[in-house]
Amino acid sequence: MSDSYASWGRFPDAPPARVERLSWRDRLPHLDPPDGPVLPRGLGRSYGDVCLNEGGVLLDTTRLDRLLSFDRHAGVVRCEAGVSLADLLAVIVPAGWFLPVTPGTKWVTVAGAVANDVHGKNHHVAGTFGRHVRRLELVRSNGDRHELTPADGLFGATVGGLGLTGLITWVEFGLQPIRSDRIEARHTPFRSLDEFLRASDSAGARSPYVVAWVDAFKPEGKGVLMEGRHAPAGALPAPGAKSRRPRLSLPFDGPGWALRRPTAAVFNAAYFARQARAGAFSCHYDPYFYPLDAIGHWNRAYGRRGFLQHQSVVPFVGADAPAARELLRHVAASGAASVVSVLKTFGQLESPGVLSFPRPGVTLALDFANRGDETIRLLRSLDDVVADAGGRVYPAKDACMTAANFRTFYPEWEAFARHVDPAFSSSFWRRVTT
Amino acid sequence: MTLLIVGATSAIAQAVARRYAGAGASLFLAARNEGRLAATAADLRARGAASVETHPFDAGDLAGQEDLMQAVRSVFPVLDAALIAYGTLPDQAATEVDPDAVEREFTTNATSVVVLLTRLAALFEAQRSGTIAVISSVAGDRGRPSNYVYGAAKGAVSLFAQGLRGRLSGAGVRVVTIKPGFVDTPMTAHLPRNPLFASPEAVARRIQRAIEGGGEVVYTPGFWRPVMAGVRAVPERIFKRLRL
Repeated sequence: MSDSYASWGRFPDAPPARVERLSWRDRLPHLDPPDGPVLPRGLGRSYGDVCLNEGGVLLDTTRLDRLLSFDRHAGVVRCEAGVSLADLLAVIVPAGWFLPVTPGTKWVTVAGAVANDVHGKNHHVAGTFGRHVRRLELVRSNGDRHELTPADGLFGATVGGLGLTGLITWVEFGLQPIRSDRIEARHTPFRSLDEFLRASDSAGARSPYVVAWVDAFKPEGKGVLMEGRHAPAGALPAPGAKSRRPRLSLPFDGPGWALRRPTAAVFNAAYFARQARAGAFSCHYDPYFYPLDAIGHWNRAYGRRGFLQHQSVVPFVGADAPAARELLRHVAASGAASVVSVLKTFGQLESPGVLSFPRPGVTLALDFANRGDETIRLLRSLDDVVADAGGRVYPAKDACMTAANFRTFYPEWEAFARHVDPAFSSSFWRRVTT
Repeated sequence: MTLLIVGATSAIAQAVARRYAGAGASLFLAARNEGRLAATAADLRARGAASVETHPFDAGDLAGQEDLMQAVRSVFPVLDAALIAYGTLPDQAATEVDPDAVEREFTTNATSVVVLLTRLAALFEAQRSGTIAVISSVAGDRGRPSNYVYGAAKGAVSLFAQGLRGRLSGAGVRVVTIKPGFVDTPMTAHLPRNPLFASPEAVARRIQRAIEGGGEVVYTPGFWRPVMAGVRAVPERIFKRLRL
């Protein structure tokens, strides 16, 4: 299957029958073609199958990449669905603005950020991306064009709506002002989940960006807390510096064994030792927010079979998060290798989407090389821990949650389903609703 | 930097314009579809162009080119560069049976281009400075049975630009011929993709380098230069049998 219309984890293998590439908003393809359901497609950074439409039609929006307006004084952008965050940063940073919320990669489209209602390291102060969207245009298969604001029910279904309510053509959203392109950061090691929760709490009170890397081989929850803020003074880059594709790239699949337990455990130990020494430092925003973007096609390191991500949020119980403890114990006991493991506390700011993932609690994101059935079994057992705790799993990362668990995670799913466009569907949606 | 782009809504032109907009250039854009021209202009203003003017341009309207030239003169006392970036890729099979289609293709891709080059030459010669860049194609390097209508039109453009290059060199004006191979744009959307395809952004980078840094005939990506040298070197009695 062509690499370019796979998902980021390259699992499952679910190619479309056809791909339509959109170039102009005045010439949209037929959104209700005879040869199958359609699904809008951005840069394909979702890990599982929310961006796949097996046997159907993908609407590639990446050439719908024009800016409609950029108010440099008020910090408001209106742009077509396919503009990448990378492209946008090259325009807004020199003008003294930054994304209000950014996920861990800049190679996602604005509409993709809305459709997954992405979150970032600043969730505890800024909430999700959808909170900053003022209006958007949605085109439905019956030809209706809707200009939606947060007051509209269809807006709440479209934010976090995984592309299922129709085709987003443009989005207008607010930015945050910055005075420098650098980040002031600090790393603090922790040796237990309790220590993490306390450290995260105090860091959250003083820093807008807080996230932790955790060693998933250690059940007690050992890791490094990384907090940061935009440098309050400094310099902005000259306009016109382009966001280049990374110079380092993995041109071929790595051998899957490279990320097996012994190698990964050694990597984890070394990474912990290095990060724990870091203390306070300053760096450019790019490696701070997008460390993995530096290596093009890093997903190939997991080999041809790809990998699976598991990201969940589990609620607080008082000041503790016992389900997070249990998830870590589960993973450490399984022997599976998770190299990139991220822990963060979500804040109270409500997500605007009916299917939005973040809610108050602790979120844990784990990567697993795809070892077939044993990996699926592990992820499903993690799903059960999350379901029992009243938490949920992030659709943008998911490739295997059961339909039953999906309904448990998202009890509002039926209300959402009423807004799904009859001509739109995805492999994910078919999987979790049958 | 002041830049005129004719055919400003084409994929390569948009990519070139974005590079210049990011550097704060003043742009003059001409294209046929007014709605798309306006959308392109808005994009470039948002990306930092110092100013963006627009004017309609239809390749079939040769006399109308004079209006365009007047408008450009009234906006830019000095024009630093002009890029001709419009064209159509005909269905070769259809043109083989339809003489009117051949005439239309030649009008669009050859006649209107060389007439426009003539008008631009007058403007730049009077200025005694600047650069004219025109997008031709590797297809213009040899008449091939699979696309000779397109190829012949582009070949005419390449030859015309070559002559113009010599005429204007004494006046301090450069003429750059851009020869891309396959580029990933809506114009080639119906062709199956292969590893030879270049992105409009890569071609745009090369065009900007040629406009600012020098170059006469620019093959982009560069591997097309030796490839087309090889294609041109094949004896005719052999080439005609190759069905390329």
